[in-house]
Amino acid sequence: MQRLRRTMMFVPGNNPGMMADAYIYGPDSIMLDLEDSVTMAEKDTARLLVHNALKTIDYGDTEMVVRINPLNTPYGKKDIEAVVKAGVDVIRMPKTETAEEVIEVEREIEKVEKEIGCLGRTQIMAAIESALGVVNAYAIATASKRMMGIALGAEDYSANLKTQRTPEGSELLLARETIVVAARAAGIDALDTVYSNLNDMETFRNEVEAIKKLGFDGKSIINPRQIEVVNEVFAPKEKDIQKSLTILAAIKEAEKKGSGVIAVNGKMVDRPVVLRAQRTIDLAIASGILTKEDIQ
Amino acid sequence: MELKNAMAGTLESGDILIQIAPSDVDGLHIELDSTVAYQFGEQIKKVIINTLLELGITQANVKATDKGALDCTIKARVTAAAVRSTGVDVWA
Repeated sequence: MQRLRRTMMFVPGNNPGMMADAYIYGPDSIMLDLEDSVTMAEKDTARLLVHNALKTIDYGDTEMVVRINPLNTPYGKKDIEAVVKAGVDVIRMPKTETAEEVIEVEREIEKVEKEIGCLGRTQIMAAIESALGVVNAYAIATASKRMMGIALGAEDYSANLKTQRTPEGSELLLARETIVVAARAAGIDALDTVYSNLNDMETFRNEVEAIKKLGFDGKSIINPRQIEVVNEVFAPKEKDIQKSLTILAAIKEAEKKGSGVIAVNGKMVDRPVVLRAQRTIDLAIASGILTKEDIQ
Repeated sequence: MELKNAMAGTLESGDILIQIAPSDVDGLHIELDSTVAYQFGEQIKKVIINTLLELGITQANVKATDKGALDCTIKARVTAAAVRSTGVDVWA
């Protein structure tokens, strides 16, 4: 089953209480932040907190991501060393504008991985937060075989465009579509930006519905309260689940008979249909609607 | 190893504030103030001492104000205070 990334929850890297409790709420990924949520005076202590938390706390199946500081600051290289040595799953690059920046981060990761003997373990994702980043989205998405996703960072992007965020998000449409297309073309995941008004869950839900329609795999979130809404929106509907189960059963049957092409209810089923059906079932299992036993 | 006064951590729930100061007396002297000292006081002191010894610090006064920190948090805060106190970083 492909890993689901419906929710990537931001947790400040200088808050040990939140870091210890974050997985209890069940986000698909946790992103410990060493960048914007940590003041310059506390970069050293946050780095050590994140390093020791990753090494010690049992986060179960939750994907662990750390947002590092850029390499052109005094903190970036040390962040990479600290989190790679602690066994992080994914390094999230902030404000990525070019493929070269990804290659530079990959080089630093490799140095540390060689030192500790785990070459190739760490994945990379890049946040795209500027017009230049959007223009280079595909180059960024394909800059390294370690790339697992690209994400939109809307606050900096809106400022860079000389506009501001609106509830309907029209200022983000091109960036969102570009990021999804670039991610799909590269075969990696696309994650949407955060929505920071926790008092307006209706607009949040509308935004999640809109980005799901655009093709995003999930959304960056800032509070556990947002998890349920995202999971509800991404949960497949009963009709789709039944259809997907029928397709997958037909495929199994066809494989047994050695047949390459199948039809379900008179319609030909080809690879994209099978992939969509598999994703629907994966989502149904992750949402608790189905169990693995149901599909045996 | 030469030390100067340094601190790391906060007094927020789940955290610990570590203050390190030079000492004229041999050994590590830990003064612990913790809401869970009765159950975990010895364990907290053990983590503090082991972390300092791993960093080569054998002589210091340490004041620890604990607010229910996990061992990994204690280790991180002691390391951060020690790095600030000695000026020697743990990263390359």
